[in-house]
Amino acid sequence: MATVLPPPSKRQRREEIERTQTQQDVAPLLSADLGSFKANFVDSDGNQMADVIEINFADATEKNISSLLNTLLGRDREDFTPYRFRIHIPGKDVIIDQYPTDLLALLQKHGVTNPFETTITLSAEPQAVFKVQAVSRLAHRIPGHGQPILACQFSPISSSRLATGSGDNTARIWDTDSGTPKHTLKGHTGWVLGVSWSPDGQRLATCSMDKTVRIWDPETGKPFGQDFKGHAKWVLAVAWEPYHLWRDGTARLASASKDGTCRIWVVNSGRTEHVLSGHKGSVSCVRWGGTGMIYTGSHDKSVRVWDAVKGTLVHNFTAHGHWVNHLALSSDHVLRTGYFDHTKEVPDTEEGKRAKARERFEKAAKIQGKVAERLVSASDDFTMYLWDPTNNGNKPVARLLGHQNKVNQVQFSPDGTLIASAGWDNSTKLWNARDGKFLKNLRGHVAPVYQCAWSADSRLIVTGSKDCTLKVWNARSGNLAMDLPGHEDEVYAVDWAADGKMVGSGGKDKAVRTWRN
Amino acid sequence: MPQNEYIERHRKLHGKRLDAEERARKRAAREGHKQSENAQNLRGLRAKLYAKQRHAQKIQMRKTIKQHEERNVKGAPAEKEPSDPIPAYLLDRANPTTAKALSSQIKNKRAEKAARFSVPIPKVKGISEEELFKVVKTGKKTQKKGWKRVVTKPTFVGPDFTRRPVKYERFIRPMGLRYKKANVNVSDLGIVTASGKIAWGRYAQITNNPENDGCLNAVLLV
Repeated sequence: MATVLPPPSKRQRREEIERTQTQQDVAPLLSADLGSFKANFVDSDGNQMADVIEINFADATEKNISSLLNTLLGRDREDFTPYRFRIHIPGKDVIIDQYPTDLLALLQKHGVTNPFETTITLSAEPQAVFKVQAVSRLAHRIPGHGQPILACQFSPISSSRLATGSGDNTARIWDTDSGTPKHTLKGHTGWVLGVSWSPDGQRLATCSMDKTVRIWDPETGKPFGQDFKGHAKWVLAVAWEPYHLWRDGTARLASASKDGTCRIWVVNSGRTEHVLSGHKGSVSCVRWGGTGMIYTGSHDKSVRVWDAVKGTLVHNFTAHGHWVNHLALSSDHVLRTGYFDHTKEVPDTEEGKRAKARERFEKAAKIQGKVAERLVSASDDFTMYLWDPTNNGNKPVARLLGHQNKVNQVQFSPDGTLIASAGWDNSTKLWNARDGKFLKNLRGHVAPVYQCAWSADSRLIVTGSKDCTLKVWNARSGNLAMDLPGHEDEVYAVDWAADGKMVGSGGKDKAVRTWRN
Repeated sequence: MPQNEYIERHRKLHGKRLDAEERARKRAAREGHKQSENAQNLRGLRAKLYAKQRHAQKIQMRKTIKQHEERNVKGAPAEKEPSDPIPAYLLDRANPTTAKALSSQIKNKRAEKAARFSVPIPKVKGISEEELFKVVKTGKKTQKKGWKRVVTKPTFVGPDFTRRPVKYERFIRPMGLRYKKANVNVSDLGIVTASGKIAWGRYAQITNNPENDGCLNAVLLV
């Protein structure tokens, strides 16, 4: 039986009444008159969005300003877009990324003596209108693979299909809604090192230690055509041609191999279109950009940019001092999801799909009205470089210094404003994708962080580590949002579904795990 | 069995014979002749034992020569598929070549020899409980408490360390052996258990690394 608390004494009752009856003095909380400033709203390209307006410092929270801007733009309350603001300090070249709690104090700190008469430029960045909830629990633990899981990826269509590649020479497709196996893709004779869904979700490519690439039909689980032979050594990674670039009614696929070459295959016929040779070491990562460039990173310390149509070398970046481990593009997310977005509206016609995919790509890659697909390369030399191959040529935009050990993986946020890098120094770091400035250090793992993945709204990151856990982080505050123990051994692969509902992970303990809110 | 390094001691006290070097050289030079004579002339059990010993030596020599040959090989080692499946980003990483292993083995051996007289543990290794803990012998009450132990090696304790009540203190860490700072990132002293909890190391070994003189090099012992 629960203990019954004694009734409050007379003194307690009297104090209670006193507290409830007297009104709290709220005057000091509302800090009467802080003065005001003039705000000039510009979008990310620097165009003015609305007339200059005077705002009271006391009301100048980011949320208030966001709804004010929406009102100025004449939007209905239902169509409000959440904004984040960057503050341009007047008269200086300084831009503050994080909106402060006390704007006045920040301005005074940066030497603005009289902020009441100056016009402050706020550049507004629209945020995703949808919000992804942090995954918090283990939804399913699905055994099936006989060996460690080496790669996993969600289908771009929805979170209900997950593909994994394993050391038992098979790839498998899982139904994550029911937590059951869907298809076992048998055929490879070596470990399956990578799995990749085509941007339309109709094909699945796997690459393997047996030097081949295979294409599968994810609906039936049957192989699609013959295996692609040609590489002389292990195939480490594959990348699909972005949907809006597909020509002649077929997709193309780039595969990176340990033999130092990258091959471009025509998927429908299995023909090798180009062999991109030139690297002197194992090609560790390949990316196919939306502007028709192929980016490869290699153990010979270089990153090369190729023309996908002609198969010629465009640029050779040799800034790194050690192996290049991973590459990421600012448009990775939209290229992976093609014409699928959060509205779940799929155009009916081929042209419509292509147009939508192109539109999504251009929206994601545009900086100041120009398509500028950014590339970031992570290396064993503890650093990363940020490149802008289309506009900046061979010169890096920034060098990202800060990791104290090898950097294993790097990922652009889906909106292209942040970069997350996972390293062997047990930390994940966040960087500004615009200028490569260091923002946050996400510490908490006690072993190397192997992989990281962004949620579709760019607000959360999930990291998988050697220490058997996944951790979900808040990208804004840098705090740990959720700790997800459950794996019994190292986590090798982690992916966040494009619709944000689920996280899938696999590792040395051979069971696929899905996590959801 | 010699209980001490009496030969070194004698040499320090009295020096060597004047012709010691020459005698050693001559003995070494005749070694082959001696072995050959033994191999040809020994009979019976002694011959058997001798042949076996020579056989073993020959095998060992062949192995060593092979290892050295591998060390001299230039370029990448022969491609071998690692035994446990690992993802693409870990391939080529955790398998240093045999040549490297051999040379580091030799280096280790040298280092060990040099650090024979160093404090307190020449290199990080697992130490047995007998070596690390001493049963408390003093006192009337403590003698009865068979579960009390005194730690005999310098130990790492966290910065917020306070001694527990004497009654409950299973491991007594003497004041002079307690260190609050370790020359490692303290997060390296933790590991994650399967349930996701971080287990912090109870004590850490101290190594003797001259580069970090006066610091504590700690490695987690679980």
